[in-house]
Formats: sequence, C-alpha cells, structure tokens
Amino acid sequence: MALEYPDNLQYLDTHEYARLDEDEEIVTVGLSAFAIDQLGDIVFLELPEVGDTVEKGEKFGTIESVKAVEDLKSPISGEVLSRNDILLGEPEQIADDPYGDGWLLKIKPDDLEDLDDAMSAEDYRDQVEGM
Amino acid sequence: MQCKVRTPGLNNPVGAEKIPLPTLSLTRMGNERVLATYNRSHIQPFNAPMSLRTPLYPLSVDLNARFTDFAGWEMPVQYSGIKQEHQAVRGQAGMFDISHMGKFTLQGKAVLAQLQKLVPSYLGKLPVGQAQYTVLLNPQGGIIDDLIIYNQGTTADGSERVTIIVNAATTDKDKDWLLAHLDPATLTFKDLSRDLALIAIQGPTAIATLQPFITEDLGTVARFGHIQGTVLGQPAFLARTGYTGEDGFEVMVSPAVGQTLWQKLLDAGVEPCGLGARDTLRLEAAMALYGQDITDETTPLEAALGWLVHLDDVTDCMGRDRLMTQKATGLERKLVGLQMTGRAIARHDYPVLHDGKPVGQVTSGTLSPTLGYPVALAYVPAALAKVGQTLAVEIRGQAHPAQVVKRPFYRRPS
Repeated sequence: MALEYPDNLQYLDTHEYARLDEDEEIVTVGLSAFAIDQLGDIVFLELPEVGDTVEKGEKFGTIESVKAVEDLKSPISGEVLSRNDILLGEPEQIADDPYGDGWLLKIKPDDLEDLDDAMSAEDYRDQVEGM
Repeated sequence: MQCKVRTPGLNNPVGAEKIPLPTLSLTRMGNERVLATYNRSHIQPFNAPMSLRTPLYPLSVDLNARFTDFAGWEMPVQYSGIKQEHQAVRGQAGMFDISHMGKFTLQGKAVLAQLQKLVPSYLGKLPVGQAQYTVLLNPQGGIIDDLIIYNQGTTADGSERVTIIVNAATTDKDKDWLLAHLDPATLTFKDLSRDLALIAIQGPTAIATLQPFITEDLGTVARFGHIQGTVLGQPAFLARTGYTGEDGFEVMVSPAVGQTLWQKLLDAGVEPCGLGARDTLRLEAAMALYGQDITDETTPLEAALGWLVHLDDVTDCMGRDRLMTQKATGLERKLVGLQMTGRAIARHDYPVLHDGKPVGQVTSGTLSPTLGYPVALAYVPAALAKVGQTLAVEIRGQAHPAQVVKRPFYRRPS
C-alpha cells in the first residue's frame, strides 16, 4: 500500500500532522498514515477534553496499538475546540482515513508561528522513507 | 509521538539502539524491543551488529514481514497484522518461525537423573515419547528459564536421549548452567540452536493441514507427546506442544526441509504469524513469558506454576529449600489474571493499586483480540489474589479498575 503525504499538511518528526483551515483560525491535528501503518492495529486512544489547552511540543494524548504505547504531541499551542469522539469509541477506524475522518483534535491556535518549525510533506516523506 | 522506553529486561539486546528520526522509536513488545522500521528492515543497518537470521528469514522477507531484533535474532514481528494472525490461529491454523529458540540434545548415562537435580518437576516417571514443561531453578528457587524436556528413550547401549527446547534469549545462559551442573564425562551435550529450523503449526485445523506432509499418523501422538518422524521424506522431530493455547505441532527439521515445509503450508492456506501474535495468543492462554512474568527473582509457586512443582517426589533439586519454605509459610505474592473493567490497557511494569496504594505490578498486558477487553498478568499480595478481588491498575497517572479473574483468560473449546 502506498502511503499518502498530503501537500497541504505540515508534519512533526514525531509523526503528527497539522492542517490550517482556510480562514487560518483552526488547526486540525492528526497522525500520519506512515505512523499508523507502523503502529499496526490501533486499539486505544486518549485525547484531552474540549476547552483544555495544549502546548506545542508537549504530550496531549496517547495512542496504543496491540503492542505499542505512544505519546501524541501537539504541533501548536492553543485551546481544544473539538475532539474526535467517534474515534475514541472505535480507535481502529483511524487507519481508514488518517487525514479525513481519522483526525484527532481541532485547535484554536495561540500563534500560527508555532507551525514554522513543522516539516513540509516532501521533507517529512524524505525523512520517514529515508531515501 | 515519542515513546517511553520501559526498562529493558535482561532479555533485551543491547544492540538495537534507537535510530534518530524516521523510526517510530523504541517500544516494548512483550520482552522484545520493537524498533519500528519501515519496510527496509531486511537491509542490515550500517554499522549495526550482525544479527542472526533463521533459515526461514528469506521466506518471511518475501512475505513482506516486519522484523524486529529479538535476543540478537532478526525475527518477523508481523506479516498481515497481529489481529488477523491471532484470529487465524484461534479459528483455523497459523505457523510461526521459532527457529531462534534454543535446541539442545543430550545423550549419555542417567541424563534424566542428572536433569532432575536442576528442575522441580518429577522426571522419574516421564514416559518415553512424552515431554515435561518445567523450569530451571537457581539456589534461591528463582527461575533461570522455562523449558520443555522431551524424553526420547534409551539407545541399544543404554544411553538416554533427551531433547530440550529453551527460550532464545536465555540459550547461552541455560547452556552454561547445564554444562556447569551436568557431568560432561557421562553425556554428550549438543547445541543445535543455529543448525535446525523449528516451525510451530497451531490452531484447530493445524494438524489436519500438516498431516499430508508427514508419514506418521499425527493423531496417535498425545498432547505433549513427540516422535522422531518423517516430513517430506526427511527425518524430523515432531512434538505436540505449543505456546498459543491451541492444538498443534512443533516441527524441528533441517533448514532446507523447513523452507520447503513452510512454503507448502503457506500454499495450503496456513497463516504466517509473527512474534506479535505469538505474544497475544500466549497471554490469552495465560502462558508465562520468561523475562516478564517469570524471572530469576520469581519462584514457580509465586508464578502460579505450582502444578509443575512435585516436591513429594523430588527429594533433592536446586531451589527446593526455598520452595518448601514457601509452601510451609505461604506466599507473599502471587501471579494472577486481571481483567480491566474499562478500555484502558494495562501494560508491563504498570503499578497495581489497592485502596489507592501500590501493591503489585503488571508483568504482561494487552487488549485480548479474542475476548475484546484488556487482560493482564500481575503479581499481587497473596491476600488480594482471590478471583473476584477488585483492584486497580495505574495507567498514565490514573487508577483504572480491574478484577482478578480465572486463568487462562481464553480456553479453547474442547
């Protein structure tokens, strides 16, 4: 299966992605298809509550596959506007559509400059595929 | 995502160090470290220590398996996916490359009597063609390893023949221990660990699927029985043992025969399974994993392996005094099965709580693919070890309720 690296996203070296909406007011955070593929069958997810704040580079949740437990890190500081409650109930669905229905959080960013440190799709792909 | 590397157990190889960015970091997997690589893991990393490969390694590469370093061996951790592999073994048949396991043969005078000094299970009545699951004990009654001793009978000149299969990570330790405590003048000890292929075929249809490639009638071999048989016209050691909670065989053959058999079983529809599914399957069956559930520090009585301790018949063996004392004065802690009430998964090393206070430790835990809820093995004080006891497991700083339940978590329909 060829993995996707959508161009309109920015990526962390810890495999989370950030997508800025057109009005530049909301950032959607998820996990890259590469990371989900590497983790294998996802069985558990922990996310913050709506209204919580998240910090750039800090842990905001946990994702578990059958074998592995991994921290989720935020690409940006801000307030949690919504979280994907469907995914909390059926975490395995994250693999079906990581960049669409498999999103994790929508964040109201404090400062969009936080994203300046994130990678382009091309850079991220080069890093993870190591070519 | 950044991972928490849990304290590596003694089984964890030192060589598998974290590669900076593209990997998903190191993660505990059973007692393995999973170095998540990205489909290129069959290429030896630059400067990495050479790892061992089994005779079936190229066949697993062909199947696009993902590999992990396990005790110095480059082993398949998954093929199609852990859940699918797990379900295949519960529902039909799966096969595992376990060629990395330690394989010893012993031949000589009074081999079983010599081994008896090292294990708490009574070997005096072990029939020819039968096997005993047991443990090597240190003087303190702690477990050096768990292993299976196969009694292969006596040759014409009166020497006894025994095969022993041990864990991969402990092969060298066990060999040193055995050689130090057996009398080399009276027996020949061979380490065939790197010379033979070992394939486990497990599941409700495993035996029927394997039978066409075997000359002998597998149905006549009892549970824990074994034969020197014929696979594809070639000599083979066939044992009705396994590590999944299902019926099946473990087949030890030459590398070339192993490769051919693997391919034929694949063509017959047997699901190739990796160490990931092996771990979830054994945990559902509440079988101990050495280095996690049982260690040098735990005795078989604490580890709920009392059924293999035969102190009435075994009047002299390593660690016996400690076991006798534990029997007389009672155990301080016991290994129990836990079922989590919620969805959160208890994992190796998480604290077990009672009334908010830490009282024990989880040694293995996973979401049971068959049962659909999280299960775990944990050491708890004997007073809190009764089935039905309510406890909690601390998961990322929060207490999650759990209950002591019967082991195994899963038992195959008979």
